[in-house]
Amino acid sequence: MSRPKSLFGAVPAGILTRAEAEALGKRVLSFAKADETSVSINSNARANTRFAVNQVSTAGDDTDTTLSIRSTFGKRSASVTTNKTDDASLSAAVKAAEELARLSVEDPESMPGLGPQTYPPERSQTISFPEAAERARAVKAVTDRARAAGFVATGYIESRVGTRALINSRGLFAFEQSGGCSMTATVRTPDGTGSGWGGANANDWSGIDADAVGATATEKAGKSRNPVAVEPGRYTVVLEPTAVGNLIPIIAFSAQARSADEGRSFFSKPGGGNKIGMKVADERVTLVSDPADNIGSSITGDGRPTEKVVFIENGILKNLNYDRFWAQKQGKQPTGLAFGCMRLMGGDSSIPQMIASTERGILVTRFWYIRPVDQRTILFTGLTRDGTFLIENGKVTHSIKNFRYNESPIFMLNNVEAFGAPVRVSASEDSSPGAAIIMPPLKVRDFNFTSLSDAV
Amino acid sequence: MTHSRRDFIKTVSAVAATSAIGTRGLGTVDRLISSTGSSIGDPTYRELTQVALDAARAAGATYADIRISARRSQRISTRENRLQGADDSDTLGFGVRALSNGAWGFAASNILTKDVVAQIARDAVAIAKANSAVQLRPIVLAPAPAATGEWKSPIKIDPFDVPITDKVALLLEANAAALKVQGAKFVTSNMFFLREEKTLATSDGTFVVQTIYRAQPSMNVTAVSADFADFQSRQSNDVAPMGLGYEYVTGANMVENATRWANEAVQKLSAKSVDVGRYDLVLHPSHLWLTIHESVAHPTELDRAEGFEANYAGTSFVSPPEKMLGKLKFGSPLMNIRGDRTQHGSLSAIGWDDEGVKPDDFMIIKNGILQDYQTTREQAMQLDWWYKSQGKPTRSHGCSYGQSWQDVQFQRMPNVSLLPGDKDISYNDIIAATDRGIAIIGDGSFSIDQQRYNAQFGGQVFYEIKGGKIVGMLKDVAYQMRTPDFWGSLDMIGGQKSYELGGAFSDGKGQPSQSNAISHGCVPSRFRNINVINTGRKA
Repeated sequence: MSRPKSLFGAVPAGILTRAEAEALGKRVLSFAKADETSVSINSNARANTRFAVNQVSTAGDDTDTTLSIRSTFGKRSASVTTNKTDDASLSAAVKAAEELARLSVEDPESMPGLGPQTYPPERSQTISFPEAAERARAVKAVTDRARAAGFVATGYIESRVGTRALINSRGLFAFEQSGGCSMTATVRTPDGTGSGWGGANANDWSGIDADAVGATATEKAGKSRNPVAVEPGRYTVVLEPTAVGNLIPIIAFSAQARSADEGRSFFSKPGGGNKIGMKVADERVTLVSDPADNIGSSITGDGRPTEKVVFIENGILKNLNYDRFWAQKQGKQPTGLAFGCMRLMGGDSSIPQMIASTERGILVTRFWYIRPVDQRTILFTGLTRDGTFLIENGKVTHSIKNFRYNESPIFMLNNVEAFGAPVRVSASEDSSPGAAIIMPPLKVRDFNFTSLSDAV
Repeated sequence: MTHSRRDFIKTVSAVAATSAIGTRGLGTVDRLISSTGSSIGDPTYRELTQVALDAARAAGATYADIRISARRSQRISTRENRLQGADDSDTLGFGVRALSNGAWGFAASNILTKDVVAQIARDAVAIAKANSAVQLRPIVLAPAPAATGEWKSPIKIDPFDVPITDKVALLLEANAAALKVQGAKFVTSNMFFLREEKTLATSDGTFVVQTIYRAQPSMNVTAVSADFADFQSRQSNDVAPMGLGYEYVTGANMVENATRWANEAVQKLSAKSVDVGRYDLVLHPSHLWLTIHESVAHPTELDRAEGFEANYAGTSFVSPPEKMLGKLKFGSPLMNIRGDRTQHGSLSAIGWDDEGVKPDDFMIIKNGILQDYQTTREQAMQLDWWYKSQGKPTRSHGCSYGQSWQDVQFQRMPNVSLLPGDKDISYNDIIAATDRGIAIIGDGSFSIDQQRYNAQFGGQVFYEIKGGKIVGMLKDVAYQMRTPDFWGSLDMIGGQKSYELGGAFSDGKGQPSQSNAISHGCVPSRFRNINVINTGRKA
C-alpha cells in the first residue's frame, strides 16, 4: 500500500484537488445547452476495518468520484449522476440531464441558481488517514485487552477523506475538504450475559484513542454480567453522552419550517403557524448546529455558506429549518444549516454527581434501533444496550436487563435535572463517521421504559 | 434491520446512467465496456477479470474474486401537483476480494484500466496480509462448483425505456385522485427503478453475468384536522417493491389506490384511540412480512448467531447453533419458514450469488423447529457437522451479496417466507373466526433489540374486531412481543391463495452499512393474546 497518510500534504490517488474539481466542473458546463446547469462533485476515499470474535473479519479501501449534473430549462429541471469522468461520458450525461429536464413538467416552486457566494476563509488542516496495518494495530489494542479479560471483541474502524465542489452556470464555485473517522467496539463475555460498548468519533484518525475505546468496552462488559430484571416504568435516568447523542439529533430532523407551518409537525402551533418564539424545553436547554465543529460542512447543498443555527435557546424555539422556496414564501431568510452537526450545551454536573444524587434510577450507556412512532410528538421507540445499570441510594448496584422505551426527546428536554460537560460522540447506529455530534451527559426524570428485553 | 426513513438521505447517492448510456445490452460484454465511453480501449470484461485474478494470485492470494458492476437507477419524486425531482444516476466500478494467509482483504475503484485493476488486486492482497497479523483462525471456503452463464430478472418492460413524461403523468394523476378526498391535505409520491449489470469472476473458474432489476411506486397521504390538533398519514406500503419492470408499476393501480389511501388517512383522524391490553392480532401479509423480516429472518443469519455482527446489527437469540439446530422450538407447528432466491419477481431472486454459488431453496424452520441458517461459503463450513448428521452436503445456500462494487460481499438474507397452511383459509375467514382482536394492514413503526427478542411494531391501518366482525377503525396502535412467545401463539394461518410478497429495498447490515433488497412471502395469520400499547402521548 502506498497510500499517503495525510490528505493535504499529499492527496490520496483519485481525490480531486480544488484546481482539478474546478476544471472538471468547467468541462461539464462547456457541454451544457440548458438555461441553467449546476454540477456537484464528490470525490472520496474510504478505508475500513471490521473485527469480530477477536480477529479482523474484513477490511477494505475504496475511492470514487461522482458528479451530479442538474439541468434547468425555465422551471423544468432534472439531474443525472455519474462516476465516469471522461469527456464522452460527461457529454452524454449532460445531454441526458437536458433531455430529462425538457421532458419533465414545470415546477412552480423552482428557484433560480445562486450566483457567486462569499465563503469564510478555508481552514488549513491535515487529515490523517490510517493504512491497513495501522488499523490492524488499533484492532489488536482492543482484542488483546478483551482476550486478556477472557472476553470477545467485535468492532469497526472507518476513516474518510474527500473533497466536494459545486459549480454552476451563474458563476458560483465552492470547494471544501472533508474528513471523518470513527472507531467502535462491542465486547461480550463468553457466557453471553455481559456486553459493553466503547466508541470514538473525530474529524480524523489522530483524534481516535483505540486504547480508550477498548478499555471502556471491556470494563462495561465485565460490569454488565448477570443482569437482573427490574420492572419497566417511569424512571430517573442518567444518560451517558452517547445515549443523549442517540436521541437529541432527532429533534433537528423534525424541525422543518414547512411541515410545521403545514400543521404536520410537533412544531406546528395549535390553530396555525409554528412554535418559533414559544418555550419548548427546560430553560437551561440550548441546542445548536455549528459547522465549525466539523470538517466538510461549510457549504449547503445549494451552494450557500453554512452558519451556526440556534434551534433552541434557553428553552425557547428560535429557529426552524427553511429552504429557499419556503423562506421566500414566508418572508424569512433561508437557513444555512450544516446538516448533521448538532451540539447540546452542557452544565457543571458530572456522571458521578448525577449518580450520587439519584435515589433510584437507571444508568444508560447507549440506545439502539431507534425508530419513529408518532410524528406528532416526535415519539420514538428503541432499546438500551451494552451496559444498563440500576442506581440505588446514590450508587450503581446492579447490571439490569435492557429496556424498551417509548419517549420523545422533546419531552425529555422538559424533564432535565442536570447537565454535564459535552463531548463528541459516535452516535450513529452503524458507527459511520458522520458529522460532529457533541452532547453532555444528562440526568432526566420520568423517562418512559415500556417493556423488558432478554437481549444482551 | 431496515433503515429508518432518514437513512435514505445518505444512501441515495450512487445511481444510474443516462438514457444515452442506457442502450447497452448485456450478454455482449464487449459492448458493455465500449458503450461506457471510457478511454480504456476495448478490453473485454473477461480480460479485465483475468488481469485481477492473475495479479491477486501472483501477489499471494489463495482465492480471489472480482465483481464489476454497472448500476443505473432513477428516482422520480412528486408532491401534490408538482414534480420535485427527476434524478437519474449511474455508477461503474469494480471490487476485488482476496484471501491470503487465511484472511480477507478488499479494495475497489471506479477506474477500469488494466493497470488500476491489477494494482487494486494487489492492494486487496496487501490488506489481507496486514489483517492476517491479527488472525486467529484461518478462513476456509466450502466447495462450490465453477459456474458460467447469464441471468436476468423476469421483466417485461425495462423501466429505463419508458419516457419520463409517462411516469410523471401517472404520479400526478394519482396525487390528484388522493387530493380529491376531503381532508387529504398533502401527498407525496415516488417511483424508483434500478438496473444493475454485474459480472463476477472467481479464481475457482466462475464467470457469470447478471442483470438485476428493481421497481417500486410509492405514495404517502397526510390528512390534517381543521383545528391543527391532529394529523395522520397513510403510506402505500401494501404495494411492495419488486424485482420486476415497469409492468409492475402500471399494474399497481396507483390512481385507484390513491383514493383508498387518502380515505384511510382521513378516517384515522376520527378513529378511536386504542385501549391498551391483550388482543388477538390478525396480521395481513402487507404487515406481517416486516415482522418476519425482523424476528425470523435476521436471527437466523449465521454470522449474527456466531457473533460477527455484534458491534452493529447485533447477535441472535438463535445461538449457539449446536444447541439450536433441530432443537429450538421457534414457534407453533403451523410455522414453516423457507429461504429462497427463486420466487418470481422477488427482490432476492438471482442466478448466482456474489461468490458464484447457485442458491438453493432451504427450510429454516419446519413445523416450528429450527432446521438451518442462512449461509455463505465460509459460513457453511461451520455447520459441516450438522449437515453430515442430516445426510446433506455441506454447501453455501448462496446468501453472499455486496450492495455495490465499492462494498465487500458478505452474508445477506435471501427471501425468507412463511409458507401457507394446508387449508384454504383467507384473511376474511380469520377475522370471522376471531372474537376480540385487532386487524393490522401495512407495515409501520418497527424496532427490535440486538438479539431479536423484544420487538415493537405499528402499522398503517388498524381495525377493531368483535364477534368475528370489523366494528371500526383504531389508531395509536403498536404491539410489543417476545419473539418465541409471539410465534408460539400463532394459531391460524392462511392458505396458498392468500400468499403475498412484501419487501424492502433498504435492509441495513454490516459496517460500512450496506443495503440489501429482500422479499418476504407470507399469508394472513392470527397471533393470540398479544400486548398492545397506545402510542398517542400528550406529554
